[in-house]
Amino acid sequence: MKREEKNRAPTTELNGMSEIVKTVCNWIAGFIFLFGCYITAYGHLTPGGGFAGGVILAASFILIVLSFGKDKISPLLPRKRAEMIEAAGGLIFIFTVWTAIYAGASFCGNFIFKKWSCANFKLLSAGFIPLLNIAIALKVMAGLFLVFFVLSITRVILEGEKLKMVKEE
Amino acid sequence: MKVLPYFVILPLAGSFLVIFIDSVLKDRKVRDTVADILANVIMLTLFILTLTLFGQSCSYFVGGWRPPFGINFLLDGLSHLMLVAVNLIALLSGIFSINYMSQYTARRHYWALFLLMLTGMNGVLLSGDFFNLFVFLEIASVASYALVGFGTEAEELEASFKYMVMGAVASSLVLMAVAVLYSRFGILNMSYISAAMPGESFDWLLKFSLFLFITAFSIKGALVPFHAWLPDAHPSAPAPVSAMLSGVLIETIGIYALTRVIFNVFSYKSILLANLGVISMMVGVLLALGQTDIKRLLAYSSISQVGYIVLGLGLGTPLGIFGALFHLINHSIFKSLLFLNSGSVFYRLKTRDLNSMGGLNKVMPVTGATSLVASLSISGLPPFNGFFSKLIIIIACVQSGHPVLAVWAVIGSVLTLAYFMKVQKLAFFGKLKEINKEIKESPFFMSASVIILAALCLATSFILLPGVRNKILTPAVNAVLNPTNYRMMVYIK
Repeated sequence: MKREEKNRAPTTELNGMSEIVKTVCNWIAGFIFLFGCYITAYGHLTPGGGFAGGVILAASFILIVLSFGKDKISPLLPRKRAEMIEAAGGLIFIFTVWTAIYAGASFCGNFIFKKWSCANFKLLSAGFIPLLNIAIALKVMAGLFLVFFVLSITRVILEGEKLKMVKEE
Repeated sequence: MKVLPYFVILPLAGSFLVIFIDSVLKDRKVRDTVADILANVIMLTLFILTLTLFGQSCSYFVGGWRPPFGINFLLDGLSHLMLVAVNLIALLSGIFSINYMSQYTARRHYWALFLLMLTGMNGVLLSGDFFNLFVFLEIASVASYALVGFGTEAEELEASFKYMVMGAVASSLVLMAVAVLYSRFGILNMSYISAAMPGESFDWLLKFSLFLFITAFSIKGALVPFHAWLPDAHPSAPAPVSAMLSGVLIETIGIYALTRVIFNVFSYKSILLANLGVISMMVGVLLALGQTDIKRLLAYSSISQVGYIVLGLGLGTPLGIFGALFHLINHSIFKSLLFLNSGSVFYRLKTRDLNSMGGLNKVMPVTGATSLVASLSISGLPPFNGFFSKLIIIIACVQSGHPVLAVWAVIGSVLTLAYFMKVQKLAFFGKLKEINKEIKESPFFMSASVIILAALCLATSFILLPGVRNKILTPAVNAVLNPTNYRMMVYIK
């Protein structure tokens, strides 16, 4: 974005929904988050995985924004922190597959699997796959949440003849 | 060869690292400086890595899984030549960006997208199987859509959207072509598919797949009649990104991918491509003649120069392919130089309109001199690199029995000279306008990168010397001409 466009007038606030919706969301948001963690952690054993788990995790945050308005989300997951988590997810993935080169396998090789394998269909049975699932889940969670958040703070306004995109923080 | 994955790992890790460091640090100046240094160090490392790979050809099995079921990276003469060009231009555009991008906010997003685009291009060049080719193609394309709209002005967003629609059509065609091939052979590895090809007589399924590939890569490489997105998209991007897009992106995801598929996988030779090239060349030249927006003119000129490259490739003779690959390298150098020069002018004058420039040689001597070098190179005047590559393409046309194509190539070259003389006259020579008297030369890093590129315009002429040629260009030409080598490559670890 060009520098001079930075200071623009703010637009309407999103103040959340009714008390009933707020109460229900308050109860279930935590469970949705937990379910996302489960889908991610068991991604190598059951249907699901990093992406599906990440989407469910992001849904729990999006639910909070929708029901309480975006002021409630800023102490929980501010934009800066979401960006950091997203980058961290990508970095964990890359460094894991990178480490494989130095751990006796080739690039992307499952180096943990070779060292200690345990019984099939147990939580720790797939080497570094759960680790990659967690990295993807972090990235998808933060990324999807950021997409939603950025769309919710961006407005397209008509300025003269042209459409213009403005942002409110 | 443990080096190959680093061409993907380093820029990809860099793009996330820039965002991560940026969200940790507080002060904006420090953050921007750290991002600049990090990105440029990564690109310098990549460039040095490419220089260590001369004369090597090998394949790398990702995860230790052997093809045809595993993924492999593959390096031969052609991909190495392109790797050198891509990483060199990326490095110089990166150095240029240090000063140039001070006009914009969100430096972290710029570097992250830039490195992501580089990841995609390196991946396309190294990928040994069709599906990864598609994935990396998408990474490079999606990053470039975002970079085209980086200024977020109405025209830039419109250009970006147009580019995205055309790019998405091309990508889906590639995916469809890959699906057709998969349905026919049951594997995705390019070397294995190449070995399984039934020689000259293709059945309709293979013909359909080849048609889809040629259409898709023609859209990505902006060949006429699929060129409409380019004159909007390339000028809208920030100058260093335009240099990357016109200099190497359309050549990597358009021409390189086309060459790989047609010559190495399908082993298909047809003069049709040469004709397509000539049409691109002439349409690009004629449309460029009338432009007064400097970056738009350069964008049309890219269409026409890509036409030259495709003309050389379409001839299918060793000399034609030699000329085409030589011109490809030269084009990436002088076109990025021209775009960077237009960026320098825009940085000081805040305009791209040729009519409001004039006499800039007096106030911006470095920009003026380097742009003269680039203009003479692209117009094909000796002793600059463009002369030799165009000459080889023209000789190849005559030698392979197509003198008419040679005449078109000469006419194209003369018209190229005409519109670049127009640029020189309107922008750099003539009378300096009163309001432009206070203009200064572009800042240090911008000047440094254009001077290096101008020196390269002269230096690449020496590629023709037998000693240098045998090291740099001959392996690439051999790689294009011998699909058998490509098939065998997959076994060499």
